Amino acid sequence: MSLKEVVGRCEALFEDLHFKSVRDWKAAAPGRKAIGFMPIYVPREIIHAAGMLPVGIFGGGDQIEVIQGDAYYQSYICRIPRSTIELGVTGRLDGLDGMLFPSICDVIRNLSGMWQIMFKDKYVRYFDVPQNFKDGVGGEYYVHEMEILRDDLAKLAGREVTDDDLRNSIRVYNDNRKAVRDLYAYRAQKPWQAPTSEVYLVVRAGMVLPPEEHTTLVREYIAAAESENRPRRDNARVVLTGSFCEQPPLGLIKSIEMAGCYIVDDDFHLVTRWHLQDVEVDGNPLWNLSKSFLHRSADTPSKYTERREDKGRFLVESVRKSGAEGVVFAAASFCDPALLERPMLLEVLDKHGIPYTAFKFAENTGQMAPIREQAGTFADSIKLWSAA
Amino acid sequence: MTTNQPTPKPAAQPGKPAASQVQKEDAMWLQKEMINKNYHDLAVAHDVGRKVSATFVPGNLNELLMCFDFARSLPETNALQNGLRKKSGKMIMDAEREGHSEDVCTYVKADLGMMQAGQIGPTGEKLPVPDVLVLSYTGCFTFMKWFELVRQKYDCETTMLHVPYQGDGKISENMVQYVVKQLKEEVIPTLERVSGVKFDIDRLREYMKESVNAEEDLVAVLQSAKNRPSPIDGYFGGVYYIGPMFTAFRGTPEASKFYSVLRGEIEERVRRKQGPITPDGEMTEEKYRLVVEGPPNWTSFRDFWKMFYEDGAVVVASTYSKVGGVYDFGFRHDADHPLESLARYCLGCYTNLNFPQRIDMICKYIDEYQADGLLINSIKSCNSFSAGQLLMLREVEKRTGKPAAFVESDLVDPRYFSAANIKNRLESYFQMINQKRRATAGAATAH
Repeated sequence: MSLKEVVGRCEALFEDLHFKSVRDWKAAAPGRKAIGFMPIYVPREIIHAAGMLPVGIFGGGDQIEVIQGDAYYQSYICRIPRSTIELGVTGRLDGLDGMLFPSICDVIRNLSGMWQIMFKDKYVRYFDVPQNFKDGVGGEYYVHEMEILRDDLAKLAGREVTDDDLRNSIRVYNDNRKAVRDLYAYRAQKPWQAPTSEVYLVVRAGMVLPPEEHTTLVREYIAAAESENRPRRDNARVVLTGSFCEQPPLGLIKSIEMAGCYIVDDDFHLVTRWHLQDVEVDGNPLWNLSKSFLHRSADTPSKYTERREDKGRFLVESVRKSGAEGVVFAAASFCDPALLERPMLLEVLDKHGIPYTAFKFAENTGQMAPIREQAGTFADSIKLWSAA
Repeated sequence: MTTNQPTPKPAAQPGKPAASQVQKEDAMWLQKEMINKNYHDLAVAHDVGRKVSATFVPGNLNELLMCFDFARSLPETNALQNGLRKKSGKMIMDAEREGHSEDVCTYVKADLGMMQAGQIGPTGEKLPVPDVLVLSYTGCFTFMKWFELVRQKYDCETTMLHVPYQGDGKISENMVQYVVKQLKEEVIPTLERVSGVKFDIDRLREYMKESVNAEEDLVAVLQSAKNRPSPIDGYFGGVYYIGPMFTAFRGTPEASKFYSVLRGEIEERVRRKQGPITPDGEMTEEKYRLVVEGPPNWTSFRDFWKMFYEDGAVVVASTYSKVGGVYDFGFRHDADHPLESLARYCLGCYTNLNFPQRIDMICKYIDEYQADGLLINSIKSCNSFSAGQLLMLREVEKRTGKPAAFVESDLVDPRYFSAANIKNRLESYFQMINQKRRATAGAATAH
């Protein structure tokens, strides 16, 4: 496929809030099931091993008018739960046979119980992950939680989910993670060839496509992007952070780029990059997933930082690895984890002499001019003053 | 001690006439003394060679902390006490000036603002920097960030106790064992190291036995509201009743004494068919019986309460009075299984219950306490409580047939308390209850 075709396909998937591709996938063979999950992380391997399609539900973005969803939330609650409810009550998520609500924050946690009440015919599970990172403590707890999920999905699928099924799924997702890591590395190297407004769409496509198909798509995108000859600009290289749950509108990402920033790393769709390395395939698959989670996974404000000296290390490392010159904090309004984390990260960046700017957004933010001005001023300040 | 004696009042202080006009039960004065004494103990702790712990109300491990001789601070209580004393507004704004978002929990900002201003506690004494932060991560994600922020500033030793959420509405053995293992392998060794005191499980058992006495009396007090008239207000008055139990006193003889005195007073009020004591005296006519969900507003606590009692509304049960432990459905600390019991206590705190459980509990209260309906005080700062309360309101109305209403305020941010709006909504709500009663009576007559 050409670059235009790849991006066009991803854009169509992104804009389809009726999840037609998921319905088509289910219709292609009898008995197929799809399980939705919210950010930040669930072990998709278990869903895949049960023969089901994991589907990332990342809110309604700026494409749907939230009418009923607003009736469930006060003005001071972030937007992703209300647009997710809107998706649910308007039947857009009817193709899903279940929903997983990972431990992100109190809002999403409570949404799991609301979903149990509102969608009684669906499988609903709050998926807790450990905040203790010892194998014998948090690991044992986590493996047990994954066993419950495996058993539940096996019942739903009407068949056993074997260790070999899981090993195969780990392999499939290792391939997918490798492709996404390669894409991120490629963008960090040549951000003018792979702008984030496209990379975002390509990775987001993985929230609705089967992983095997997505891996191919990512590889096709990298090849197609490399074959293009796009102009290289004197932009500031930035890491964007704080958008791990509610997603900014695509227009906001474009605005930051148009303002003179190359986004060379981000925390969108962390589920695709949660495991920083391949998950071990041989041996006990759930223990392998657990060990990778506990010892080799991404940092996010929803995860406890055990040692004070490690706070912000992941972000600083991201700046270093991606060759960024600054950090853009883009957190959703009323996002407790991101906004409480922010002062700590700013302090760490100050210590490392890394420039930053910060703003808030909502998934339906429509006014981009102030953000473009702020990002532009930030890019200018980096270009004008950083070398001094 | 009974209430047929004149209620003791504080000695009048020059320039402070208002305090002498406030009426409280004897136990309320006793509670205030205990809380103030704890602040003094904290203030002098380092001078007398004691280490200081800080931890949160839900899932607080008070009996365990006592095993290591810690002076015990509870940052939420510090924030709310500062709110009651009208000190929190400046603290919050100071924290916001330092870069904390206006969107996030004001307990956190009040605590950080207090630290910025020199750690002067609610009673005016300087509070020490804690030697250890016990991050009892029960039912609230914000707690985790809160102590990470404090640790960032003061480099305090921190120990995490991750308490899994009851997403399925039940406590599994896996959850219990996870918490117990953390206690054994993380929390207790850290507390031993910081305090220099060796853990003695028999000492823990003794404290837990003491807890049970107080828990029995607390439940009797809270359930006294099933009487008509209710002798207590289970929300505004309730915060006095839960104070010692939910803070630094559970497991102490002082707490047992407090709850014994309190229970005696309340049982006497039941015998005399008396209503609750409010700041303006005894409530003589009970017109409305309500269940309330959500924490109170602290900065305008008395004004808020007055809106209820001046219209004859008494809160017969509240979910907030279960935030530091749900005892009225049978849980008691169990000295025979001390660590498992601590785990079950943490897992069972109100905000660690899932939504269907919370709704069940409210419906049960409305039924058992013969309430006229549900009022939700939705708190801007507290997503753990607030996210989803509008669905809760609809579900409770649907299941009980009783009217529900919704007001919004904040914990300790005075900018987010609109007295006129809340009063209007409450008055409309009381009218709604009256209409419902007339309709029910009309239907009964028609049959």
